[in-house]
Amino acid sequence: MNWILLLEQTLNGFQLGILLFLLAAGLTLIFGIMDLINLAHGSLYMMGAYFAATFTQWTDSFLLGVLLALPACMLFGVILERIALRTLYTRSHLDQVLATFGLILFFNEFVRLIWGPIGLDIPLPELLSGSVELFFGIRYPAFRLVIIAVGIMVAFLLYLLVSKTKIGMLIRAGASNRQMVSALGININLLYTVVFGLGTALAGLAGMMAAPIMTVEIGMGEGILIITFVVIVIGGVGSIKGAFVAALIVGFIDTVGRSFLPDILGLFVSNDIADTAAPAISSMLIYILMALILAIKPQGLFPPKGA
Amino acid sequence: MKFSPRISIITLLMLGLAAVPLIADSIDEPFYTVLFSRMLILSIGAVSLNFILGFGGMVSFGHAVYLGIGSYVVGIGTFHAVEDGVEWLGNGFVHMAVAVAVSALAGLIIGAISLRTHGVYFIMITLAFAQMFYFIAVGNENYGGDDGLSLYMRSDFSGLLDLSNDNSLYYLNFGFLLASLYISHRLTNSRFGMALRGTKSNEQRMKSIGFPVFRYRLVAFVIAGAICGLAGVLSANQTDFVSPAVMHWTRSGDLIIMTVLGGIGTLFGPVIGAIAFLLLEELLSGITEYWQLFFGPMLVLVVIFARGGIDGMLAALDRWWIQFSPKKNPEGD
Repeated sequence: MNWILLLEQTLNGFQLGILLFLLAAGLTLIFGIMDLINLAHGSLYMMGAYFAATFTQWTDSFLLGVLLALPACMLFGVILERIALRTLYTRSHLDQVLATFGLILFFNEFVRLIWGPIGLDIPLPELLSGSVELFFGIRYPAFRLVIIAVGIMVAFLLYLLVSKTKIGMLIRAGASNRQMVSALGININLLYTVVFGLGTALAGLAGMMAAPIMTVEIGMGEGILIITFVVIVIGGVGSIKGAFVAALIVGFIDTVGRSFLPDILGLFVSNDIADTAAPAISSMLIYILMALILAIKPQGLFPPKGA
Repeated sequence: MKFSPRISIITLLMLGLAAVPLIADSIDEPFYTVLFSRMLILSIGAVSLNFILGFGGMVSFGHAVYLGIGSYVVGIGTFHAVEDGVEWLGNGFVHMAVAVAVSALAGLIIGAISLRTHGVYFIMITLAFAQMFYFIAVGNENYGGDDGLSLYMRSDFSGLLDLSNDNSLYYLNFGFLLASLYISHRLTNSRFGMALRGTKSNEQRMKSIGFPVFRYRLVAFVIAGAICGLAGVLSANQTDFVSPAVMHWTRSGDLIIMTVLGGIGTLFGPVIGAIAFLLLEELLSGITEYWQLFFGPMLVLVVIFARGGIDGMLAALDRWWIQFSPKKNPEGD
């Protein structure tokens, strides 16, 4: 086995895990507090990427583009929450799945109408487009390192926000008992809007980070949305810690599985079979993992307390 | 018998469905036979989903898997029948038997694991299983992989029925729809069905009375899968093509939409829903390329305001009728 490749893929897996965490954190918060299954979370990721692409074109600077796109995303999420999602909080999961599925259709078409059917490419800023030499002469793309750094920073800030501030205390209280929080005189509707805005900003940020390394295109949020659901279900729905751990596990297994499974399978069966079976099996790995974990722990790795 | 707008409309609808090929032929628009054929097939899928979703309360987000299994049974069977000359692999009865068996087995495995979980976990794990099957189909290069597989022949019913004729296929679909409605009706009104509906309203109570809730649900899950597998066989014959797209997760979403749009937990609701869904798609996409721009928000509105779906509206029409219809015997009662 090639150790340099393994290290590189580990970093790639870590970077995917970080992106997944940004998405999963918002999704799991929204589910934990509002009890809402939001299939349109992937659309928020897509909107983030499109906002960033547009603002980058206007300002000629990726950094400025992201800085402008973040509040735009947040505003977008707040409006969406006020108009469409608020009435869904008390509805059954089935109703929520349906309505947010309808929103996905709407947003995909909306983006096609505004930005056209062809995907956009965001050029990387020159400073970040090269690669950086890590130890032992291993080179790694600078931008991917930035993604990892930004993700870790956001995870840390989120940890501080949730566990050390007053609003974080309300969020935690809301997750364990909504009625009690609102009975204590807290404006729960405002809290919902804040949490949704925060979740949207996180999803949008993931989209912005992914934009320069993947094409910005319609439906880009759907594939990653399903993986994000796998992440929050493995981690235990409602748990940010669970989302973090599960995101890293899923990112790692998915990336490393895709590049090494043919070799690993080749040890057991003939190379021909390994080459044909490996692509299918490696795309299935995370789902197999999820099925296994749920078969053993039906509430995920970190089931939320009091649920 | 009292006149009821709801029953009359549904009767008219079913009679209309029976006459579609005749009408289409007489106005020389065979396109409608194909369109309504698709509606019938998806109706069967929706009826089977409604059995577990509407009566059993199991929100399965992976029901399109069985459409995929049924389709690939036909695709793979006819592929070998034509390529390798193995005649029995092209036989329609074989296709149906194998599709039902494989779908039931898949339902047994998926159900046995998924039904251990509840709520959002159940939704997600059924989705995850559907994704697994989807990726198996995508990764299987021998049978077209991502691009899918064109059928060189339709299922062969050894002279009994010639499926290359679209009208015969239409009536085969119609027959299967009637059969699935009958099965659904008999099952939901049987002791088994009553117990299943009980588990939907109060699982804990059913357990306490001594019903093996898990087993009841699993059996229902397997039955629904097997019926939908048959719909897959018909679907492959209808489109002459199979590809992983038949079991894409949005397809599972479409099936849920049809069921809820028509009226969840009612006998004919899924049929009405499937027809309404495809008609809307046909109409809106004829008006604008961006039809989902209107279809998406419509779904949201249906969920928010029209609980009970179209069948629920018909029931409301019934109540209105009873209230305002002129009484035949004003001095009676």
